[in-house]
Amino acid sequence: MDTKFADNRAWLLVLPATLLVFFTAMIPFMAVVNYSFQIVFSMQNHALIGWETFHEALTNEEFSGALGRQVLFTGIVLLIEIPLGIAVALTMPRTGKMVGPVLVVIALPLLVPWNVVGLIWQIFARGDIGLFGAFVNNVLHINYNYAVGEYSAWFTVVLMSVWHWTSLVALLAYAGLCSIPGAFYQAARIDGASRWATFRFIELPKLRGVLTIAILLRFVYSFKTYAESLTVTGGGPGTSTTFMTQMLTNTAIGQFAYGKAAAYGLLYFLIILLISYIFYIVLTRVGTNEGGA
Amino acid sequence: MRARHFGLVAFFLFLLIPMYWLITMSFKPNDEIISQLSLFPQHWTLDHYRAIFGDAGWRAAFEHSLEYTLLNVVIVLPLAIPAAYAFSRYRFLGDKHLFFWLLTNLMAPPAVFLIPFFQLYHSVHLFDTIYAVAIADTLFNLPLAIWILEGFMSGVPREIDETAYLDGYSLPRFFVKIFLPLIGAGIGVAAFFCFMFSWIEVLLAQTLTTSNATPIATLMGSAFSASGTDWGILAAAGTLTLVPGAIVIWFVRNKIASGFALGRV
Repeated sequence: MDTKFADNRAWLLVLPATLLVFFTAMIPFMAVVNYSFQIVFSMQNHALIGWETFHEALTNEEFSGALGRQVLFTGIVLLIEIPLGIAVALTMPRTGKMVGPVLVVIALPLLVPWNVVGLIWQIFARGDIGLFGAFVNNVLHINYNYAVGEYSAWFTVVLMSVWHWTSLVALLAYAGLCSIPGAFYQAARIDGASRWATFRFIELPKLRGVLTIAILLRFVYSFKTYAESLTVTGGGPGTSTTFMTQMLTNTAIGQFAYGKAAAYGLLYFLIILLISYIFYIVLTRVGTNEGGA
Repeated sequence: MRARHFGLVAFFLFLLIPMYWLITMSFKPNDEIISQLSLFPQHWTLDHYRAIFGDAGWRAAFEHSLEYTLLNVVIVLPLAIPAAYAFSRYRFLGDKHLFFWLLTNLMAPPAVFLIPFFQLYHSVHLFDTIYAVAIADTLFNLPLAIWILEGFMSGVPREIDETAYLDGYSLPRFFVKIFLPLIGAGIGVAAFFCFMFSWIEVLLAQTLTTSNATPIATLMGSAFSASGTDWGILAAAGTLTLVPGAIVIWFVRNKIASGFALGRV
């Protein structure tokens, strides 16, 4: 199976990229590890305190609360965006002159900067000046205010994420669907397969590769969410929509507790790595059992 | 068929109405924005756009954001292409570990690195320049580009390489003449993703600049002031940030479908 040339000179090709990533990632990373064992009074004045910050991180509510909210947010967002994205991809036209315009509209939200996404929803969902907020409050007569109500705030940040990122899943799934040869569908029709059976046994296995990418990217980026929810809710009401990145920046820059923030950050990074690894293993296993080739 | 189209139209409305609201707001005078809810501007105005284009600070912010985004793409691609080629074609010492390590950087939360980044770019005298932001963004974009390109390159049969070498092509000549054209779509997609993640990124861009290279996000942040938020200016600035993305998408619209498969279907 392995058809690659064995040649260590290939290192020369990866060296420039490796050096740049080493500069942008490893040097700061080592600094973070160093700080995580210290109490930092100022950049010139810090003292080694060992594992204390890690112990604190694992026991206090600030960290576990933000982590819990983060897991809940990412879970909800994945459960909505992945099926919805696949459903959208199934309805998109694959031939004809509408293909171009449809793709452009679908892709549009992806290139809106984080803070502008926040701004769009901040305006759109306000009860007084926003179309959506006014509609929910005055037409549906549901009391909705993301600045005051916890449920309203959560509803808004989830809806905003769905607005921004379902397109990524849809485009990846659409690309996967387009690559399925027409003969597969003909065979299914001859066998009298139902729509569901066609999806389950022909389309879904073919989507394995792109869905692995979609789930991993959505997991990682939703776990790092920051400017969107910060712009709309400011992390509130209270701390109800304060997610990991905001908690970290508050600790590092707001409280200037840099040693603590570094320890939190390392744990945060490890959690992302661990979950990504599990996702990756599970997703590739699931595919091979089905013989998706 | 009917239900299918209905679903797609509903999704389109969901995507477009919030954007429409932002765009119409940018053409309304501030007192109209605050005082009434109207689907169309009652009094059309271009004042907010005039204010932005007339202000050197705003103009510079748009330039900085575009510059570091494009610079990021220019830095990433020449480094990612050879690296991806090595991963797709060669076995070498530590290749799998190196690939995994590169990908872990994609997962790194930028918040963890804020203060070391601040110190690092200070110490190399790049702080508060577009170079600092462009280089910092490579932390995520370079691994992502290598991953995407590796997928596309692995989709090209190795026999093509071998035939070319038998025909007497050298590696660089084969690469430029034969291989790059074959993975053109992949390069386009990698560039699209780098542009996207660099253009929408806010946290690093704000942290690594103070006055000489401030991005749009910083100026938008300061428009929420204690004396009252200037909604009109914010809406106009937000609308303008949609333009580069729309242009990029328009150019790649015919490649999106094949491109998003990332060569991995």
